[in-house]
Amino acid sequence: MNIIVCIKQVPANTRVEVDPKTGALIRDGIDNKLNPYDLYALETAFLLAEQGETVRTLTMGPPQAKEALLEAVYMGADEGVLVSDRRFAGADVLATAYTLSQAIKGLGPYDLILCGKQTTDGDTAQVGAELAELLGIPHAGNVYAIQKAADSRIVVSNTLENFTITQSILLPCLLCMDGDINTPRLPSYKRKISLFSQPVRELTLDDLEERDERNYGLMGSPTQVERIFPPQNIHTRHMLKGNSRELTTEIAGILKKHRYI
Amino acid sequence: MKRLNIHTDRITPKNSEELIRICPFRSISYQEGCLEIDSGCRMCGICVKNGPTGVITMEEMTSQKVDKGEWVGIAVYVEYFAGRMHNVSKELIGKARELASITHHPVYAVLIGWNTDDCVKQLLSYGVDKVFVYDNRLLEFYKTEPYASAFTDFITRVKPSSILVGATHIGRSLAPRVAARVRTGLTADCTVLQMKENSDLVQIRPAFGGNIMAQIVTPNHRPQFCTVRYKVFSEPIPYPTTQGEVIQIQLPDDMLINSVEILAINEKQKETDLSEAKVIVAVGRGIGSKRNLAMVKELADLLGAQLSCTRPLVENGWFLGKQQIGLSGRTVNADLIFTIGISGSVQFAAGMKESKCIIAINNDPNAPIFDYAHYGVPGDLREVLPELNNRIKEGANIVV
Repeated sequence: MNIIVCIKQVPANTRVEVDPKTGALIRDGIDNKLNPYDLYALETAFLLAEQGETVRTLTMGPPQAKEALLEAVYMGADEGVLVSDRRFAGADVLATAYTLSQAIKGLGPYDLILCGKQTTDGDTAQVGAELAELLGIPHAGNVYAIQKAADSRIVVSNTLENFTITQSILLPCLLCMDGDINTPRLPSYKRKISLFSQPVRELTLDDLEERDERNYGLMGSPTQVERIFPPQNIHTRHMLKGNSRELTTEIAGILKKHRYI
Repeated sequence: MKRLNIHTDRITPKNSEELIRICPFRSISYQEGCLEIDSGCRMCGICVKNGPTGVITMEEMTSQKVDKGEWVGIAVYVEYFAGRMHNVSKELIGKARELASITHHPVYAVLIGWNTDDCVKQLLSYGVDKVFVYDNRLLEFYKTEPYASAFTDFITRVKPSSILVGATHIGRSLAPRVAARVRTGLTADCTVLQMKENSDLVQIRPAFGGNIMAQIVTPNHRPQFCTVRYKVFSEPIPYPTTQGEVIQIQLPDDMLINSVEILAINEKQKETDLSEAKVIVAVGRGIGSKRNLAMVKELADLLGAQLSCTRPLVENGWFLGKQQIGLSGRTVNADLIFTIGISGSVQFAAGMKESKCIIAINNDPNAPIFDYAHYGVPGDLREVLPELNNRIKEGANIVV
């Protein structure tokens, strides 16, 4: 089974504040990491692919997102593809899914696309399903188990809030993997030094089939951020005072008043 | 439709330096008189607004305008699975009615399933103007492809201005599929929805890891699509009399084809759902070592509370995903919630701030959690918790 895993580089630290005067973003550090939910999708791919089958990994992002692809390669992926172009900047869910779909169409045949459940920065958990739609293939979300099956099908178990569903899906298809379903392997130093070159290539808008700028980045995004603002809080602070003993007495009093004790 | 333009004639080494400094995404670089913006750019526009005047400008590009008058009505996708309507659908109908009162639009419900008669009656009692029903044996269980076909049929037939979908597992699978099919925007997990008089839906959600709120609009596309989590809005009170209209739509079977075959559906073992819990003890990274969890568990047992946590404690494997409160976990609306060693990110707070009594214990008196708490306890949990547990055990002796 030839597999493509979609991954994303996310900020290692999501602490971001807005300067109340200028409206500018104040970012705390610029360290990045591979989105933790993508690790489970990568591990799933490594477990599914057999000898002679490929695991390719794809990301859209700035030049430094190459680091995320290399991490996936050192974990075991055969190749990384970086989709990077200033004209992709400001993409919302639709424009992101569209860009990925265009890149995947140029990658040749595949059987399965795997995504993580969500990213830790955007947190929308929507790109996977939109990507499947734009590629015209079926998808399933919250997948926790996969079995191979005959006749170009795959048997997938996924969860709804109160149910689990086991279904047989026609390949090629896209699956969004749940977290905590396996133990992702670590990047291998041995693999890193055994590779003669870094198997990562870059695609820009000019390499895609559809080159109309208006379908990408901010221009291709139906949603627009009108403003960003620091969160407002509804309560006024009500702080208890005293040493641990006095604090405890007060809490116990509150619990008693509300009849919890 | 916007684009950044660099005006090369105005570039100096000095103003380039300033631009490089103010770009929050470090995506501006300068080399030998040439200023470049790389693909790290998020089009935030700070270089235009706060940078040296006229060096980088934002150019508005003309685009085809959607005729907003053609798209009328606020629609709610009704989640109906295994003979039950999900409560989030009721909450969204209540919100839709509120939003519709500003633009005087009708409120629609879209119901896809099989044997839906009882659900239709219930929907009418919540004040829906029209219920569009796709009732078919082939739609008995949720399958993305035929459900997306029916949903898309509703959109092309009715042309609603806004669509609200519950951010359940089904909603998160179906809404993106349909939004991509009709090439419109989709905003996930909105916590506030407002309506402008021109029918633009203002969608507010936490962004950038939750420390910022983003106000999002879909100014030039219809329908406007968003998802909202369970328990973010309140359930409306049903009307005593109903007067809504029911429209049954039968799609030809070949429109409901499907490349998925369901082999088994199992109800999960009944466990108390965190979203329904009345009393909760939540623990965060401030707990320090795993050893300290014992006293948190003891407190939860003493109060008959459900134990829950923040995201980092799921990521480090101490808790299961279903025990997590916050935007990427469960939203709760408890009568009493203790937060222990939780600093209170917006994402966590969004998942619990509607709770009726919030008691926060944290050693940093400036932690944001105290902005949400009804009672802030600035103390060391290693001292407060054992003492509190003892107090509860001797319960009867407490004098208020």
